[in-house]
Amino acid sequence: MCKNDKYAYSKGQIAALLFLRIVIGWHFLYEGIAKILNPKWSSYGYLMDAKGFLADFYHWIAGNPTMLEASNLICMVGLTLVGLGLILGCFSRCAAFGGILFLCLFYFSHIPYIGAEYGMPFDGSYLWLDKSTVEIAALIVLIMFPSSRIIGVDRLWKCCKCSKNKE
Amino acid sequence: MAEENEEKKQSQPQSDGRREVLKALATVPVLGAMAYGAYKKLSYDRSRRNVKDVFSLEKHEPKIIPAQPDGKKNRLGVIGYGIRGKQLLRAAGFADPELLESWKQAALKNKKDTRYENYRNQDDLNIEVTGVCDIFDTYADMAVKACANIYREGVDGKYGTAPKRYRTYKELLAADDIDAVIIAAPDHWHSTMAIDAARAGKHVYVEKPLSWTVPETYAVRQAVKESGITFQLGHQGRQTDSYIKAKEIIDKGILGQVNLIEVCTNRNSPNGAWVYNIHKTGNEQTIDWSQFMPAPERWKEYTDYMTSNGLERFMGPEPIDKFSLERFFRWRCWWDYSTGLSGDLLTHEFDAINQIMELGIPHSASSSGGIYFFKDGRTVPDVLTTTFEYPDRDLTLMYSATQASSRKRGRVIMGHDASMELGETLTVTVDANSTRYKEKIQEGIIKPGIPFYTYVPGSDNVDGFTSATELYFAQRGLLYTYVNGKRYDTTHLHIREWLECIRQGLTPSCNIDQAFEEAITAHMGTRAYLEGRTMYWDKDKEEITRG
Repeated sequence: MCKNDKYAYSKGQIAALLFLRIVIGWHFLYEGIAKILNPKWSSYGYLMDAKGFLADFYHWIAGNPTMLEASNLICMVGLTLVGLGLILGCFSRCAAFGGILFLCLFYFSHIPYIGAEYGMPFDGSYLWLDKSTVEIAALIVLIMFPSSRIIGVDRLWKCCKCSKNKE
Repeated sequence: MAEENEEKKQSQPQSDGRREVLKALATVPVLGAMAYGAYKKLSYDRSRRNVKDVFSLEKHEPKIIPAQPDGKKNRLGVIGYGIRGKQLLRAAGFADPELLESWKQAALKNKKDTRYENYRNQDDLNIEVTGVCDIFDTYADMAVKACANIYREGVDGKYGTAPKRYRTYKELLAADDIDAVIIAAPDHWHSTMAIDAARAGKHVYVEKPLSWTVPETYAVRQAVKESGITFQLGHQGRQTDSYIKAKEIIDKGILGQVNLIEVCTNRNSPNGAWVYNIHKTGNEQTIDWSQFMPAPERWKEYTDYMTSNGLERFMGPEPIDKFSLERFFRWRCWWDYSTGLSGDLLTHEFDAINQIMELGIPHSASSSGGIYFFKDGRTVPDVLTTTFEYPDRDLTLMYSATQASSRKRGRVIMGHDASMELGETLTVTVDANSTRYKEKIQEGIIKPGIPFYTYVPGSDNVDGFTSATELYFAQRGLLYTYVNGKRYDTTHLHIREWLECIRQGLTPSCNIDQAFEEAITAHMGTRAYLEGRTMYWDKDKEEITRG
């Protein structure tokens, strides 16, 4: 056990943070896997459906074959890695930041502002904020209250560091 | 409190490595759960998506007759440069410079406006227009300019050689430097011009419907067949990708026995009801009214039919030789020139179904309707229902139209086992009481009432069920616009097919036999409406008879 660990949670707190980390990780991981398993998947439709002040940016990506291919690859691999990182607690902080970046990109492409009409059907009722923003907030909580050094692969790096310090 | 607990733990002797590893890898089983779940989901999707168990459909590639690399350049003549004439020439590669200029300017203001760019990239059909004819001077001048606009530039662009303007279509047909003609005159001139063109040895692309009177329908078929020219009727729906897939579905009996087909037209604007703009330069000096009047032989056929059946109330009301701007520009509103909803719009729907199901001419037709919204002096109805019976095929084809509501109703082919809705996309929905799919429904592989198979043109998802989101995008044209390269305009493809058939000695998809079936079917519907009784088709004698 490392003595310099500044985080000290109760069992209940650890369980709650772990649960939050795993469910968000699960969400990201399956989003990534589902795209990898569907050979016809492309972000094209989603990007072309973007509206709001960044719409031109998204449409530019969709209209540029190289950018579109890169966008598809980043989505498939990126979402999977974020999911793995959160579930395993492996580079969990990086994974959380990556997740926030993805969610921001999703949010700004489909902002639920008043009067917004998207081709993509929403599965609920939203005003200005949506599920992406809720997930962003949850990931911020995970960054501020890390749990991967207690339960997660990051614990191994921490212990390696501690062993080196002791030596 | 939490910190105190942690302090306590930290003060304990260091745990062994095993405990550390367990804590580090405690969440790994979650990945196992994910892998199991993903595998189960994939298996479920495959069982639902694998239409091969149920539908054996081929991977379909849209067909375009490949152009001969060194194919002969066709020299075209154009008769009629009204609304449709402009559209046809544009699809053939000759657009109004003013229109292109407006697209060019729009593109400069808005980068997303790609109409000009798309048009510039439209395939070159290896043709030149050497003669044009329109009886309205303004349209004739516009046609000359458009046909010289071979570099597809704006008003200040470079032009090619201007075609010759002919005052009469007969002079155009007599020209030696014209091999083929596109006819986009009003309905009452279609067959007459096509007959004369065929006799002059010119290949013909004529707008639908084929004919205005019943007798001329036989005459035009005979003239085309005797001359051996390449004939195409202007039902560009023949090139619609989803119709070709629909034919495969019908041919394989996937829908089971089909007993009812519903097709329709829904419009809700003055333009959609043929109340077109009257051009400001139109007057007795700029319009040759004598050429607008029906050909004498046709007029006789028309008046003979109307008067012998007590249908004078549908004629006129103005004398045929009286000049009228309204009649010239809005001719579709009067039977004296028009074929009404039957000829203009029912024919598109019939031809689509005829293409898919090879129905041919119906056994009988009955119609009803009236002038219920556009009470502007027209004689043709704005609401029409026509029912065609095909007892040999055990089915009814029902057409209904309104020009006062644009509510979208599908084009639906209803079978005992499944129904198919056709549009830009194609969906097959299995019937809850299907016999053929009973087991698949019980096994949960097919959910009745929910579209089971969707075909999106441009996307090769023939083996899958398109997700709701994908369908949303597809219906908005977002999925396939850029995916498989170019997206073609069907009118362009239809003209292209005709031209390649001329060059390669092939028969176009909407040939004279198809055109004959289209025209007779429409005439049966029209006569049923005018006479208020069922019309029958005597197959042996090839004539329309009364019930």
